[in-house]
Amino acid sequence: MTTKFTPDHEYIRVEGSTGIVGITPYAQEALGDIVFVELPSVGKVLKKGDEAAVVESVKAASEIYAPVSGTVTEVNDALSGEPGLINSDPEAAGWIYKIAIADAGDLDGLLDAAAYADLTK
Amino acid sequence: MAETSAEDLKTTPLFERHTAAGGRMVPFGGYSLPVQYPSGIMTEHKWTREQAGLFDVSHMGPSFLALNNPSGDAEADHAAIAAIIEPLICGDIAGLKPGQVRYTLLLNETGGAIDDLMVARSPLHPGSLYIVVNAGTKDGDFARIEAAAGGKAKLTRADADNALLALQGPEAVNVIAHIAPAAADLGFMTYGAFPWNGTTLIIARSGYTGEDGFEILVSADHAPAFWDALLADTRVKPIGLGARDSLRLEAGLPLYGHDLNETISPTEADLGFAVSKRRREAADFPGAARILAEREGKLSRIRVGLIVEGAPAREGAEILDASGVAIGVVTSGGFAPSLGKAIALGFVPPEHAAHGTKLQVSVRGRPQAAEVVPTPFVPHRYFRKAKTS
Repeated sequence: MTTKFTPDHEYIRVEGSTGIVGITPYAQEALGDIVFVELPSVGKVLKKGDEAAVVESVKAASEIYAPVSGTVTEVNDALSGEPGLINSDPEAAGWIYKIAIADAGDLDGLLDAAAYADLTK
Repeated sequence: MAETSAEDLKTTPLFERHTAAGGRMVPFGGYSLPVQYPSGIMTEHKWTREQAGLFDVSHMGPSFLALNNPSGDAEADHAAIAAIIEPLICGDIAGLKPGQVRYTLLLNETGGAIDDLMVARSPLHPGSLYIVVNAGTKDGDFARIEAAAGGKAKLTRADADNALLALQGPEAVNVIAHIAPAAADLGFMTYGAFPWNGTTLIIARSGYTGEDGFEILVSADHAPAFWDALLADTRVKPIGLGARDSLRLEAGLPLYGHDLNETISPTEADLGFAVSKRRREAADFPGAARILAEREGKLSRIRVGLIVEGAPAREGAEILDASGVAIGVVTSGGFAPSLGKAIALGFVPPEHAAHGTKLQVSVRGRPQAAEVVPTPFVPHRYFRKAKTS
């Protein structure tokens, strides 16, 4: 299991051929209190860089982009009732959606933990 | 703060206090101000509704307008200063009692709002007014007022040498009672001068959150100590711009540059109350022909409150009728922490403005249900003095 990051502050935790996507602790901190999450629909086909979800804080809406190409296999419905899970537990309970990774090669273009930590220093 | 120097932002006398408290500083109206503190917008918002929130609003434009040559006859001098400002605005200033504060609008010749502002009659100095305008428009507003004053009165800006603070919330009166005891006896929309630690505070019982509270002008020299004195009370926490915006939105209060601009009249903005009766009868304010016709029913759009289902509808979102036809636009929108729902202010034709009308808003191209509701979304509590439990 490995986790990769985008410069836009999404993470993708890779478990086999599935990626679990969410936003980083750094991103949730920057956004502040999250009040609404627009989830993708299951089965939606995304190209790397497509808008996959929208996370809204009190202040503003922020688009969440697909870190890799693939098909949405599951969404975190708990966020509909409790969007604040992204603030309290972004990397576990606050995951946003799962994606069947179409091309594992997409992952090579993403940041590893050390590079992402550098970016947000 | 690299961004601050890069953008040549002004700072308020409380800048160091904000950064020391962990405020996240952002550019706003040409100033570096905290959008939030570490506790976050939601917590700050709720704290203000339940206790007392302290806001730095030093970016706004406090000023004094005073006759150059007062006669010494208090009523005549007030009439003379009122006669200078009234041709610019729609409010009855001549009718103010000493110490009374009035919300009014600076209008252009077609009745559009150049700004919304507070004009107050000095309780002590006949022929003198205390005027507070918005940050983004203050230079133009002051120039306009100075031009109207000609050689008869002098406008003195108080924005550079002072801090302006707002203390808002149900506990604000109890907090102020310890700082300036006599100020706790002010009525809503009145002001006075009160001594504190060798300086004079100008305190108005007013604010823009819907809560009871005070707006306080304090000299820049004394501002940090005064800020500390207020925060020494455990009922007070500092509140940033983010919660300031969500509080005023819940209170259904328009924000200049968003719900008000030079094309929007007071009638359209649902601020008809700010067009005083005496001024209506005299029809002697800018844009009177338009505004009086609008009051008679010739109105093409009016500001309404909307409860929005689902994602917040932000400024610029289209408002649609039940069948999906675009009829207006959201001018302020977001999430209401007190209600746990999305709310918005926007303009629609009057035939769609009745409370209970089912409309839609377009968020990212998708229609969502919305309903016209009365504003304020959260009841105003301007006179509340009882402690909440």
